[in-house]
Amino acid sequence: MDKVMSNRLVAALYVLPALLLLLVLVYIPIVLTGYYGLMQWDGIGAMTFIGLDNYARLIQDSTFWQSANHTFLLALFSALSLIGYLMIALVLSGKIKGANVFRKIYLIPMLLSSVAIAQLWLKIYHPSNGVLNTFLEAIGFSNPPAWLAEPSLVLYALFVPILWQYAGFYILIYYAALKNIPESLVEAARIDGANPWQIAFRIKLPLITEVIKVTVVLAVVGSLKYFDLIYVMTDGGPNGSSEVMASYMYRQAFRSFDFGYGSAVGFFLLLICLVVTWLLRKVTASKEPIQYS
Amino acid sequence: MSKKTLAMLLSWTLVLAVILSGCSNAGSGGGNESGSNGSGEGGTADGKVTLKFMHLWPAGSSAQQNKLVNDIIQQYQTDHPNVTIKQEVLENEQYKNKLKILSASNELPDVGVTWAAGFLEPYVKGNLFAPLDELLNGSLGEKFIAGTTEAYAVDSKTYALPIELNISPIYYNKAIFAKYNLQPPATYDEFLNVLKTLTENGEVPIALGNKDRWTGSLWYMYLANRLGGDALEKAISGSGKFEDPALTQAAAEVQKLVDMNAFNKGFNGLSNDEGKSEFMNEKAAMYLMGTWELPNFTTNPDIPQEFKDKVGFFKFPTIDGGKGDINSWVGGPGVGLFVAQNSKVKEEAQKFVQYFVEKWGESSVTEAGVIPATKVDTAAVQLPQLYIDLLNELNQASSLTLFADVQMKPAAAQAHLDMIQALFGKAVTPEDFVKNHQAAIDKGN
Repeated sequence: MDKVMSNRLVAALYVLPALLLLLVLVYIPIVLTGYYGLMQWDGIGAMTFIGLDNYARLIQDSTFWQSANHTFLLALFSALSLIGYLMIALVLSGKIKGANVFRKIYLIPMLLSSVAIAQLWLKIYHPSNGVLNTFLEAIGFSNPPAWLAEPSLVLYALFVPILWQYAGFYILIYYAALKNIPESLVEAARIDGANPWQIAFRIKLPLITEVIKVTVVLAVVGSLKYFDLIYVMTDGGPNGSSEVMASYMYRQAFRSFDFGYGSAVGFFLLLICLVVTWLLRKVTASKEPIQYS
Repeated sequence: MSKKTLAMLLSWTLVLAVILSGCSNAGSGGGNESGSNGSGEGGTADGKVTLKFMHLWPAGSSAQQNKLVNDIIQQYQTDHPNVTIKQEVLENEQYKNKLKILSASNELPDVGVTWAAGFLEPYVKGNLFAPLDELLNGSLGEKFIAGTTEAYAVDSKTYALPIELNISPIYYNKAIFAKYNLQPPATYDEFLNVLKTLTENGEVPIALGNKDRWTGSLWYMYLANRLGGDALEKAISGSGKFEDPALTQAAAEVQKLVDMNAFNKGFNGLSNDEGKSEFMNEKAAMYLMGTWELPNFTTNPDIPQEFKDKVGFFKFPTIDGGKGDINSWVGGPGVGLFVAQNSKVKEEAQKFVQYFVEKWGESSVTEAGVIPATKVDTAAVQLPQLYIDLLNELNQASSLTLFADVQMKPAAAQAHLDMIQALFGKAVTPEDFVKNHQAAIDKGN
């Protein structure tokens, strides 16, 4: 088998289909987006080359920076929430009763599509007959806020379902990583007199640092390009107070018919994602690989 | 990776990029057949034709219209056995988005639905819609109510045929009004009084879902009209200015209504459908909306008759000292049908459009309860009173103000809609509201 794989032609044959798909569906659109970003174009008519004007406009666009700010907040919350998910996974991977049931409970949101989740939470947040406000009124709050219409609250109200949506995914990753740790290591520590806290923080966590790093990158980059739930639930409103970079890009390109500017926003978003990924990898780079045995 | 393969990869990328960018431009070049011509299967040698038809009447939210469309298609296919019509149905907002995306890749359906004026313009400029003047020159031309087709004309060519004509009354719940001895208001002061009485009694006066933004725009447009006559239309067309005191005052008036708690709670976070359900569930007393909602108050079998009987309407009241008269309405032709310029079966598509408009005109009154853009003979059929009353109002209308977001070009329309939401949410002052509008109009795209 090794011999076959070392044949360049065969190797190319195996790599090529995926590479072609990736090229056509990902890399070429990226190049095109960058190209459209240099144009003034309504998406239908003729294009006019305007150089870096779109990017100059982007730098001065306060609405864009406002949405960028929201995006960074989301990334921050997603990264912080990982701590919670890790704790849950630690508990679930121990020998507790009903761990299986809990695992399934956490995983269920992952099975729903974003649109279904959005519809569900729209009902929960409904200002007069939503579950949340009905509950708040029942326990004595006379005038609970309209969560999705209040500019100061709407962003945080949206974070809840977004974080809830991905909880199962990260818990599952952590759970799998923790389960992968050889039982003998934990056993040895226990014989040496380590308490459960020490086992968790001195043995288990260091062994899955690589996995934790990957999830941080996933969570942060995922938040940077987040779009769907916000689009369905608030459409960036009211008055831009829940707009994120991706929804702003969409609004510019498809609502205002400004494809050039929308493309510039999109390309800028890509650059930010690349820089952030690179930074995260730089910061978390480990000097020596960890081995189980 | 060796240098050679890298170079090859890069050159391949370039070649593909050129090919693809060529494709997406095919439409603007006009008649470029080598590009990706998306209308897919068209006419074939044996005369079989497949027409793609995209519309916005889902069975769920527009049950009556949906049934009517299906009936017309069924009939057409029976009359023309060689034609198959494939439907694609989307809800309003999704429809608008998909239309833009399909346009960008030049893959419009053979026949589709469009709005008038500013909405239509970029598509016409981009050479995506086919002119339909030939159809108008025939017998079909006389059937339209005067002034309806003009809204779809660009440079004196008509690019779509209207199928609806709408005005927007304020629907109200007679039972809630009767409970507090309220009469439908004729003046704005009476209207404010109604609002006060309702809020004092813990009722929600007005149902509004302003996440969709155009819903709030209706309120602003009426206030602007009643205060300043045609000031808003002039400001939009560029012959006037948004700084007109009437337009600023109308904005201030909107915020006054918000302060009075005239609208249901959290309206800026609710879609039009959610806002509407407040009215349909009798949790709000009034609802300002176009006559396309009529089936829900008259013919839709899914809505209890008991509720339908409670629905009445009144005209937006006049304001003391204002320039607008009570018979001027916000409304105009709603949607119309277009034929895609690059459709491979253009002739068949045009035939279908003609057939559709005629059939729709005949049956939309009796079966769907909506008002068509073609002339209606109401003498021959039994119609719900609410429908007849509104039809009479339409005949007496002194002017129709086309919905602002349809009048404006896309970028300005977007600015208008965003400003409306900000105004209702009190995130912008009336002065800044008009200033931002003027800036958006001045940009001119």
